[in-house]
Amino acid sequence: MMRWILPSAAAVAVLVAGGFAWTTYFAGGDLSECTAGAVAGGAIGGPFTLTDETGREVTDAEVITKPTLVYFGYTFCPDVCPIDTQRTGLAVDLLEEQGYDVGSLFISVDPDRDTPEVLANFTDNFHERMVGLTGTREQIDAAARAYKVAYTIGDQSDEYYLVDHTVQTYLMMPEEGFIDFFRRETSAEDMAARTACVLDALS
Amino acid sequence: MKKLALLMVLAAAPAFAQDYTLGDLTIAHPTSFPSAGMTGAGYLAITNTGDVSDRLLAVTADFPRVELHESRMDDDGMMRMEQQDFIEIAPGETVALQPGGLHVMFVGLPDALEVGAEIPATLQFENAGEIDIAFEVKDRPAEGEFMDHGKMDHN
Repeated sequence: MMRWILPSAAAVAVLVAGGFAWTTYFAGGDLSECTAGAVAGGAIGGPFTLTDETGREVTDAEVITKPTLVYFGYTFCPDVCPIDTQRTGLAVDLLEEQGYDVGSLFISVDPDRDTPEVLANFTDNFHERMVGLTGTREQIDAAARAYKVAYTIGDQSDEYYLVDHTVQTYLMMPEEGFIDFFRRETSAEDMAARTACVLDALS
Repeated sequence: MKKLALLMVLAAAPAFAQDYTLGDLTIAHPTSFPSAGMTGAGYLAITNTGDVSDRLLAVTADFPRVELHESRMDDDGMMRMEQQDFIEIAPGETVALQPGGLHVMFVGLPDALEVGAEIPATLQFENAGEIDIAFEVKDRPAEGEFMDHGKMDHN
């Protein structure tokens, strides 16, 4: 089977294994009370240029204008992506109820099938303000590398090919960048509580 | 928008999806959730009250492809879906096809699955034979509630 993989898989393995604890300090406050994720292996996040679900080319600075939960997945995924994405949508709603304005991004790792229209339809199911992003393979690779995301596209001679991918959700801030990541076991409630804790500490 | 007549058989939306019995097997709450993409997932629980093991060999439905899959997180952090040749149900055991694990993958949906629709399907077992069932499309529950629902445990 033809397989294609990003070289960052090892970095992600380190990230997921959580080799050693990382205490996060910012000028605004100590976040170690808030962030449960143990992070190793360098910075997460960075510049990207992608196409949003209206077909407009956007940069990271244009779509991360407030605290934002970022997930990489694909809409053809029937089981895991909808579960994770629904969880994020619920967390955004929980935060909104508590007065926190948090955004969410769904970045496709399947650009051949995930057109802006397909993404808009998908994200609308999970949160009305969730933004889907796609792009060229090169643009998505750049974003995936920046976020230490690995993915493998299956044999595309089969129109119903699958894509393996890492499933962390990242909390990003416009100024501070990467704050924390959430495993897929994290509940919407925990995701909201940890995010609120960070926003309080930084305010 | 194109409507799929077979999928749009509106159910009376009972509180709990129907359970089915086939020989020593009980098939509980076949459920699917609304989908926006080209795929959907079917979930159910199978209990084997008999003395011999049985295997779910295949699920057929009116889609271009229907497969048995398991979502599994590998050690490298990659989430993979692995096609299953069969799903074994040992005597006295219940095997749950549930979100994030074993599931039926409906592939090539011509239209979105909408709440209230039913997906007619046939389950093929090695020993027990075949049974026609219907997956009911319900609102996607908050995480963790699916199995609670199955056990009727709302803690």
